[in-house]
Amino acid sequence: MGLETSPEDVRVTIKPSNGWKIIDFKELKHYKELIFFMTWRDLKVRYKQTILGAAWAIIQPVMTMVVFSIFFGNLAKVPSDGIPYPLFSLAGLLPWQLFENSLRNASKSLVANRNMITKIYFPRIVLPLSSVLACIVDFFVALPILIGFMIYYQYSPNIYALLIPYYLLLTVITAFGVSLWFSAMDVMYRDIGYIVPFISQLWMYLTPIAYGSGIISNPKLQFIYNLNPMVGVVNGFRSSILGEYIKLPIQSMILSAVISILILVSGLFYFRRMEKQFADVI
Amino acid sequence: MNDYAVEVHDIGKRYRIGAAPAAYRTFRETLTEPFNKSKSKHHGKMTDDNSFWALKDISFNVKQGQALGIIGRNGAGKSTLLKILSRVTEPTVGSASIKGRVGSLLEVGTGFHPELTGRENIYLNGAILGMRRTEIDRKLDEIIAFSEVEEFIDTPVKRYSSGMYLRLAFAVAAHLEPEVLVVDEVLAVGDAEFQRKCLGKMTDVTNEGRTILFVSHNMSAILRLTNETIVLEKGKMVMRAPSVEAVDYYLSHGFSQGGERFWTAEEISKDAAPFTPLAIRILTDRNHVSETVRSTEPFQVEFEYRLDAPITGLRVGIYLISTRGEFIFTSFDVDDPEKFTQYGTREKGKYRSRCTIPADLLNEGKYVIGVNASTFKIKRYFHEEQALTFNVDGTGAPGTQWPETRSGMIRPRLNWEIEGID
Repeated sequence: MGLETSPEDVRVTIKPSNGWKIIDFKELKHYKELIFFMTWRDLKVRYKQTILGAAWAIIQPVMTMVVFSIFFGNLAKVPSDGIPYPLFSLAGLLPWQLFENSLRNASKSLVANRNMITKIYFPRIVLPLSSVLACIVDFFVALPILIGFMIYYQYSPNIYALLIPYYLLLTVITAFGVSLWFSAMDVMYRDIGYIVPFISQLWMYLTPIAYGSGIISNPKLQFIYNLNPMVGVVNGFRSSILGEYIKLPIQSMILSAVISILILVSGLFYFRRMEKQFADVI
Repeated sequence: MNDYAVEVHDIGKRYRIGAAPAAYRTFRETLTEPFNKSKSKHHGKMTDDNSFWALKDISFNVKQGQALGIIGRNGAGKSTLLKILSRVTEPTVGSASIKGRVGSLLEVGTGFHPELTGRENIYLNGAILGMRRTEIDRKLDEIIAFSEVEEFIDTPVKRYSSGMYLRLAFAVAAHLEPEVLVVDEVLAVGDAEFQRKCLGKMTDVTNEGRTILFVSHNMSAILRLTNETIVLEKGKMVMRAPSVEAVDYYLSHGFSQGGERFWTAEEISKDAAPFTPLAIRILTDRNHVSETVRSTEPFQVEFEYRLDAPITGLRVGIYLISTRGEFIFTSFDVDDPEKFTQYGTREKGKYRSRCTIPADLLNEGKYVIGVNASTFKIKRYFHEEQALTFNVDGTGAPGTQWPETRSGMIRPRLNWEIEGID
């Protein structure tokens, strides 16, 4: 085997890390196959021994949509900006579930794989990263159902649909950033495992999923409300596929981007500083 | 460049004392710590009182293709050292440099998912161990054949027997072909057959000219597989020498902890009076208290006790018991009728009964010593079947040229004659 030259032939230096570099892209590239296989494992395992399999990726948002339509749409008569309520809520639920599932799965990814952490070296960030990647796949599995509803209600996307990748990126960046904080803290404090479902539920009510953001009229309150990057994402996503029902929220788009990036960078930094002790305390 | 596969410079690892690190810092500290610019403050929280050095000032080099043994008693830092070298944990100070991929037989089965099939787990586990996908593709057939689970390769591994599971996991690890192989036999799992397979694989690897770091409590395995060995004691490297010397030093310096047991007042029942056991210990041929003795050398078992009143007809003795509880022998200090007459009545006072177990008697392994102090058919004063355990090291015992486990608890050196009868 000695004839092969592979990247493994290089010398590895082991020393206490104290760099301020927040992410080592070169190393991450070296581990891209591990990222791929961990993502694949997450997907493969998630719906094993279920009858419906990957259909669950579609059923989950649709069931929530039905519940929302009955309670918020029909009974509470929550205004949906003139859009049929089922379509309105589904368009919010899809990006939201991408966010929520990423957050939940990635936050527990380190503790769930602790036997790997205590036995093998690999960049620890691979674990939350691949959890998030697996959730992106789920999102695309569920996307056709939204298209189906759009056809049924005769809505077509406008030019701003070109911004959809941007919204998705923002969703993923935010979820990943928050997960970096939570997963690293979870290593030391298992309390995080109990806090995350609560936080994600609260976060959902602070995001215009079941209702339109138009109900917040006080400008001061609106500003605070818009600090939640998911507000910009959900509004933007909705407006780009459900026609010009509201104007493109440029301001909140920029604000969302700034906050998402702040969360990501701080998360990367926190993770980087904590990861050296993961194997010792997990 | 140089030809050292592993270079270690002044490595040290400091751990906090206490299982829960949370006990020593608040949630807020944890949150703010990474943003704390001042290095001294960051480390200042670990003081001599709440931390200890699991490893300190460790420096050594290993040449390409060399097999280096690492020995030391429990807690000496062997496993910590291997964890640092395999990059699982970071050193607190110092640095090391390793040429090539590090693999370890510790990692067997890491990341295996019960819901995935054998084939899927090969790919997953291979990727976790650091194999390229193309590499796994190329070795797939070989791995499957080696694992001997061909028919079940597309069955989820949760339906495997534990033996099949282990064989498959080992097959992947064995095909990793790392430049540096790290083996912690102390933590090795599996049955004897599996451990034999691991050792066999190690021998192959050495023959292929790869570098090995081998941690073991099994001195004959160290001698068989390594040429040089380092001895760790309390986190420090006390010696690096040819394995024969290092093993000799280790065994003869009573590093192997224990070997001695003292009884406290609470451990002794009131019924024992007037007999009070004090201590029991194993003494090597060189008169050191040791937990490990050599099969090829005699050793002594010494029992100290106190009589608070004279006892007539007392016999004090030991049992030798296997770890599975089978009695190997029982022997009393007054088995010899002449001695029994001589010590018909033992007066009040402290005593020591000592016997010598001859060389070439016990096979390698772990044994238990029990004690008994009684008068025949009248009273059993004191009796404890698990008074002390000790290990017998088989180095140099008959037949150790074959790396196999010999059945049986004794390993006598017998005189064989071979003659042609044609």
